[in-house]
Amino acid sequence: MYGKGILKGLGVTLKRFVNTYLEDIKWLGKRYYTAEGIAHRSSKNANGIFTIQYPEEKLPVPEEFRYIPFLVFDEGEDGAEIIRCTSCGICAKVCPPQCIWIVRSNDPKTGRPIPDPAEFVIDVDICMNCGLCAEYCPFDAIKMDHDYEIASYGRTVFDKEQLMKSATYYDEIRPINNSIEEAARKAKEEAKAAMAAARAEKAAKAAEEN
Amino acid sequence: MVTPAQAPTLDLVTRFPEGVVADEREGYEGYLVAADKLVEVATALRDEFGFDYLSSVSGVDYIAEEMLEVVYHAYKTIGGPGLVFKVQVARKKAEVPSLMDVYPGVDFQEREAWDLMGINFLGHPDLRRILLWEGFEGHPLRKDWKEAYYEADVKPFKSRWPEGNFFRSEEKATYQANVQYPDKFDPEKWVPEGEDALYGALAKYEDVDNTGLKTDHITINLGPQHPSTHGVFRIATILDGETIVSLKPVMGYLHRNHEKIGERNTYLQNMPFTDRLDYLSSMSNNFGYALAVEKLMNIEVPERAEYIRVIMAEMTRVQNHLFAIGMFLNDIGAFFTPSLYAIEERELVLDIFEIVSGSRMMCNYFRFGGLARDLPAGSLEMIKGLAFERLPRRVDEMDRFLSDNEILRSRCVGQGVLSAEDAIKYAAAGPMLRASGVPYDIRRADPYSIYDRFDFDVAVRYNGDIYDRYIIRMDEIRQSLRIIQQAVEQIPEGPIQTGKPQYQVRVPAGEAYGRVEGPKGELGFYVVSDGKPNPYRYHVRAPSFINLTAFGPMCTGLKIADVVAVLGSIDIVLGETDR
Amino acid sequence: MENKDLNSPGYEIPDDIKGSVSITSIDRIYNWGRRSSIWPLMFGLACCAIEMICTAASRYDFSRFGMEVMRPSPRQADMMLVSGTVTKKMAPTIVRLYNQMPEPKYVVAMGACASGGGPFKEGYSVVSGVDKLIPVDVYIPGCPPTPQALINGLIKLQELIDTQSIKKVRWYQKGELAAVPIPILGPDLIYQRDIPAISDAKKEA
Repeated sequence: MYGKGILKGLGVTLKRFVNTYLEDIKWLGKRYYTAEGIAHRSSKNANGIFTIQYPEEKLPVPEEFRYIPFLVFDEGEDGAEIIRCTSCGICAKVCPPQCIWIVRSNDPKTGRPIPDPAEFVIDVDICMNCGLCAEYCPFDAIKMDHDYEIASYGRTVFDKEQLMKSATYYDEIRPINNSIEEAARKAKEEAKAAMAAARAEKAAKAAEEN
Repeated sequence: MVTPAQAPTLDLVTRFPEGVVADEREGYEGYLVAADKLVEVATALRDEFGFDYLSSVSGVDYIAEEMLEVVYHAYKTIGGPGLVFKVQVARKKAEVPSLMDVYPGVDFQEREAWDLMGINFLGHPDLRRILLWEGFEGHPLRKDWKEAYYEADVKPFKSRWPEGNFFRSEEKATYQANVQYPDKFDPEKWVPEGEDALYGALAKYEDVDNTGLKTDHITINLGPQHPSTHGVFRIATILDGETIVSLKPVMGYLHRNHEKIGERNTYLQNMPFTDRLDYLSSMSNNFGYALAVEKLMNIEVPERAEYIRVIMAEMTRVQNHLFAIGMFLNDIGAFFTPSLYAIEERELVLDIFEIVSGSRMMCNYFRFGGLARDLPAGSLEMIKGLAFERLPRRVDEMDRFLSDNEILRSRCVGQGVLSAEDAIKYAAAGPMLRASGVPYDIRRADPYSIYDRFDFDVAVRYNGDIYDRYIIRMDEIRQSLRIIQQAVEQIPEGPIQTGKPQYQVRVPAGEAYGRVEGPKGELGFYVVSDGKPNPYRYHVRAPSFINLTAFGPMCTGLKIADVVAVLGSIDIVLGETDR
Repeated sequence: MENKDLNSPGYEIPDDIKGSVSITSIDRIYNWGRRSSIWPLMFGLACCAIEMICTAASRYDFSRFGMEVMRPSPRQADMMLVSGTVTKKMAPTIVRLYNQMPEPKYVVAMGACASGGGPFKEGYSVVSGVDKLIPVDVYIPGCPPTPQALINGLIKLQELIDTQSIKKVRWYQKGELAAVPIPILGPDLIYQRDIPAISDAKKEA
């Protein structure tokens, strides 16, 4: 029969239309603006209306999500910001579009280079959000941010001031990664301490023998 | 199912004692053919040895040796490994006979090599610039050509570290922009070359019809800004009434210098750039590039990583085909509803990509010898949920929705036919080739990674019309889901990376061609290494680009309204077409 | 906009007609009308266009902001969403499209490429940001911006529209608005403003 295919297709749209209301009844007002509702609408069982009502409700950001990089600082006891970056330059070298600029700094007294970067600039209008800088940073100092709400009325270039974010913030957005890295750092420090202890012992022994 | 053929027992050197020698450079393979023998050798390869499918043409500029090389990769459509043959010519007089008469599929690729490398293909009927515009100064992929923002031959740039003082490239450039002009250029006397060459290349028809009435040619341009061209793509046609007499695709509106930038990048830095080739299927692009470089480095990938790679590549195929179907139906007049349904399912796949790799579209997930990171907890369950429960149901629904629709059928069945012979001739790849009745799928014909372990069918349809090209994508989604279902059941525990992750890989000198069956067709990466941290030559065999070769012949004789349907059924992505 | 924002304070409305009378300024109602029906130009350049399509599709659905009417013709569009890399070959077309759009018109640069050239900036045929060609109102960083980031940018555009005053907007000023000169494809892209400088350079050489 001519038109059977068309009717079959219209059946699909009708089913979808009805499904939305059936889902609404099933959830009784909890479908929107609740965490479960959003999770359900993004799951394999999602049915009916699919829309996330941004900005009132937002999709949860997965841990690995990457946007613009930021620099992690540890909080010192008196609120001092201790930057983790040692300006080793690996991020700048690995960056595919070369959007990271790092100025190294010198100790004012000795004139020797010190690890603290004097300036750290990321041209956000070049950055391709690839995450290689964060992946290969040996000091866990540069990480990918989750904040995507940064539209502005001008071009965007982030300097060191704007890039700095606390380790607490990092732990908030990437708890699993942070705990793994912290454990690795701890193990490294312990190994270092053990080695130093062993060396001291050896030296002491050597002194004793002499 | 195609059984892979035995390794070719051919010896080109014995067949052609004069003019052919084996390529004996360290790390290189194949044969070197003298330029004057090229057409003869190619004809013999096609007719005597059965290499009927010339997949890729790449130019390489060996500036130290003062020569240009054209590298051809030929395959058999009955399967099996390929054959590489090369032609070397002097840089100053770069002239190579065109293979248009033997393999018409080289059409755009030769034009590309002319445009970017300045290799003149003698006998090519329409050797115009293809990615840049007529009048552009120079051939940018030559090693001695430098752009306005040129900083250094290779990355990383010293200005970023240790110097590190921030500047914008335009601040340092003359005219504060990314432009440069030849020394004697006078803008006031400049007459743009315009489009005469393009319109001249279109075939004309008889001006006087049989009643003696004088008629005029109608030239119609679609694009580059047109809702149905899937991006910035342009079609120039000559019409007789409403019927297409001649059609030429015009591209390059998204030419982003992928290869020039790629030769400056380190090997790893190219990985995120490949994401942006075919931006709908970044995982597949990563796969192809990783294969090519791993071939050069000669390293193995751990078992678990192989499984994850296959799962991700097949998920990519699913979401790419969903998008392609949705947009195709959109083009054909089922305005937006089917694409909304398709994008809904695609979003769920993208969620998985985002959880696994960190980005919805630009995954940058593969590394040489493994992956960037393991699957996060819970993601395998999500993949299972989609592959076993949701997607099979939703694909069936999509199929029920419009496949039997009488209006759709009357527009698609029997229209825009590409015969099997033509498909091979024009080097069409992927769903386009298989919809024409050629069951050629690299996953079966020349298996890579671990595809030989899975039980799946090569989807094939036989009519080669628009409808078959639409329906074969449904078939392929179902086969991909089968592969994913097997892979998630079998996936072992274990490491996901060979050796330590490193940002500077050591790649021995040589050449490699890595190819995968991408969602659009054969995606190949031809990489030449000279042992340095950056690839010496990096060429992409882009399926969207080469599939368009058959576009003109397919459309000739159709009505203008069908062009959009034919283009939709080819499924191009401009990022890959123009690179 | 909420009703309370639209109602201009400063005028007391008697209790008996509250709810049926509303007092507002012309600016507010004018901007409210415009910001609630921004019609984008259906215009995709590159990767970001896919995210733009996803934003238009059912999950993010920017028709909630009155933007669902994507116009393929520039004559009917209010906003040009430059979604992707602007190449030199495309530059004349983009300027032409911009010139064809009627006032009031806005340009949103979506993603790194449109904002400043992006990862392809160093390439020989890429324009370093669409603001080299036409004025841009909102920049959205990201490569590509996720659909939520795009909507965030579009909300920024709405906020920009809210601040405009009918007395000062450029399209109600006296005199004709000059069209943006279309760049020419020469041996490289020629911006018309640069022509004298290029001629001088030639004479010096």
